[in-house]
Amino acid sequence: MTTAPLLLLEDLEFRWPGQTEACLDIPALRLEAGEQVFLHGASGSGKSTLLNLVAGVLAPTRGRVEVLGQVLGELSAADRDRFRVDHVGLIFQQFNLIPYLSVLDNVLLPCRFSRRRRERAGDARAAAATLLRHLDLAESLWRRPATQLSVGQQQRVAAARALIGRPELLIADEPTSALDAARQEAFLDLLRRECVDSGAALLFVSHHRRLERGFGRALAMAELNRAPAEAA
Amino acid sequence: MRALLPLALKSAWNRRYSLGLTLLAVTLSVTLLLGIERLRQDARDGFAQAVSGTDLVVGARGSPLQLLLYSVFRMGEASHNLGWDSARALAAHPAVAWTIPLSLGDSHRGYPVLGTTSAYFEHFRFGDRQPLAFAAGQPFAGLFEVVLGAEVARKLGYRPGERITLSHGMGGEGLAEHGDKPFTVVGILAPTGTPVDRTLHIGLEALEAIHLDWQGGAPIPGLNIPPELVKKFDLTPKSVTAVLVGLKSRAAVFAMQRHVADYRDEPLMAVLPGVALSQLWELLGVAEGVLRAVSALAVAAGLAGLVAVVLASLDQRRRELAILRANGARPRDIFLLLALEGGAVTLAGALLGLTLRTVLVLGLGPWVQAEYGLVLRADWPGSGELYALGGVLLAGLLASLLPGWRAYRLSLADGMTPRL
Ligand SMILES: Nc1ncnc2c1ncn2[C@@H]1O[C@H](COP(=O)(O)OP(=O)(O)OP(=O)(O)O)[C@@H](O)[C@H]1O
Ligand SMILES: [Mg+2]
Repeated sequence: MTTAPLLLLEDLEFRWPGQTEACLDIPALRLEAGEQVFLHGASGSGKSTLLNLVAGVLAPTRGRVEVLGQVLGELSAADRDRFRVDHVGLIFQQFNLIPYLSVLDNVLLPCRFSRRRRERAGDARAAAATLLRHLDLAESLWRRPATQLSVGQQQRVAAARALIGRPELLIADEPTSALDAARQEAFLDLLRRECVDSGAALLFVSHHRRLERGFGRALAMAELNRAPAEAA
Repeated sequence: MRALLPLALKSAWNRRYSLGLTLLAVTLSVTLLLGIERLRQDARDGFAQAVSGTDLVVGARGSPLQLLLYSVFRMGEASHNLGWDSARALAAHPAVAWTIPLSLGDSHRGYPVLGTTSAYFEHFRFGDRQPLAFAAGQPFAGLFEVVLGAEVARKLGYRPGERITLSHGMGGEGLAEHGDKPFTVVGILAPTGTPVDRTLHIGLEALEAIHLDWQGGAPIPGLNIPPELVKKFDLTPKSVTAVLVGLKSRAAVFAMQRHVADYRDEPLMAVLPGVALSQLWELLGVAEGVLRAVSALAVAAGLAGLVAVVLASLDQRRRELAILRANGARPRDIFLLLALEGGAVTLAGALLGLTLRTVLVLGLGPWVQAEYGLVLRADWPGSGELYALGGVLLAGLLASLLPGWRAYRLSLADGMTPRL
């Protein structure tokens, strides 16, 4: 198991149902444990689709997705769901939080559903507190409903949630697009630092190439994907 | 499931106003359903309890049901009377153990006055063959003495020794009074939960006495016979409304019924109380069916509203569900989350409905009893109500599968990136 890469895509093709053209056609992609990868591409180039495939939400029409040595296609739908929450933390562009839960409860959400994340977190509340503190969220905010936070604060809460219980892979789909330039940089720095701390690999998607700085590796959808990109 | 429950609660609390209103609708419809079921059951029980141990009710030929309703339940119109000679002949029949003559027509402040004999206190049975008992005093012995039913005494605040006057005829206000011949309360019966509680009992002779100087519903002008003098007149009644008959052997009941039907001196009939009651049920069956259908429709409307609210919320909750999915909730969990919500509202509505029906029965019960003589019991739901509750729960759970299923489909289709 020590030799298994964190993520391995082989001969991957994905076509949306009812579509004649493939949306994605990726010969190979490999991510090592703890690696930080920046993925960029034009809008509509299939970045989010790729992330959904990696997370096992979508199934490829051909080829395979392997995470931590586990071929996702071999798992049942329920096992795939469990596998995802056990090993993958997710951050989206916007509106990551459940409005009726407090900041703290939002962070603790994966621990509710995943025993592995719960156990790896140790004292889940303490772990959440540490993460929130590291991500510059004042303790006075923790009990507030998530809706009372600014967008930037919300994204940092989402990051804490993705990190809790130390999943092996963090997937972030344009988490900074709602932030101003200065905030984007600060958020990215925090995120990368926390990923290093917890040993998680980071797959970060954005179409702002200037954010690429500091990542070990940058990938372009145009190079990765053999399928002709649709005009967005 | 353990992960889901607190989430479901918090999510529901977040939408408490719309869910609260649907809960109210479900609660009210369940209350209606249970209330009607209770009313139905208690009306039946009440009727069945009102007379027991009486083999036959004899009266002038006519509608059996009308005779029973009037003579036992004091409801509806007076039928023709039967002659006193016939009543005496009946009592003398070798198969007959006892008879109770009943004569109705007068009232006191809305409560019916029953002319009868002391046999009434001896032989009349109600409920599970229970005899009448006295809470105070004793049966009437003298002429102008009256025995009160429990409710009459309680409502009007009468005690033994009180002097009261009777009104001529039944009904509300504006009746002519038998003011010149007051009665003394000598006894008060223990509560029975039957029409007996609402009745004033006097002797047949007393009934005759107060009508000596009357003719056709009004005092005869210029004629006034004072109470001291009435004993000089013949106070044997000329007719009575009905006669309750107890037989020495139940086996003789049909023979006796035929005997009465063939009675030569006047056209009579003998009614088996149970048979007349089942006629009543048949008659009421249609109305009951309609009431039940209406209340079932109200429940259906309540549940449809519930499903509509939960479904409508689903569109606003797509993102919430997607976030849950991204954080480990399986489509199965999403299904449960939504189904749980509808199911919980239904369950709460059913329980609240049961509570409200109990509160209403306790609160309105005395009024219903006073106004309609119907005793409503607030005890545990009977089998009819349990079936109704079970039906509501089942329907609610089934209906809640719909939003659950839709959420399941949505969360499969949306994955973790909901389209808005
Ligand atoms: N549910 C869907 N059904 C069919 N086609 C879809 C669906 N979602 C996305 N697509 C198509 O797949 C292609 C890739 O979409 P995707 O969302 O992956 O792009 P993206 O690179 O993430 O773009 P952006 O930077 O704007 O987020 C687009 O052409 C889009 O029209
Ligand atoms: Mg995208």
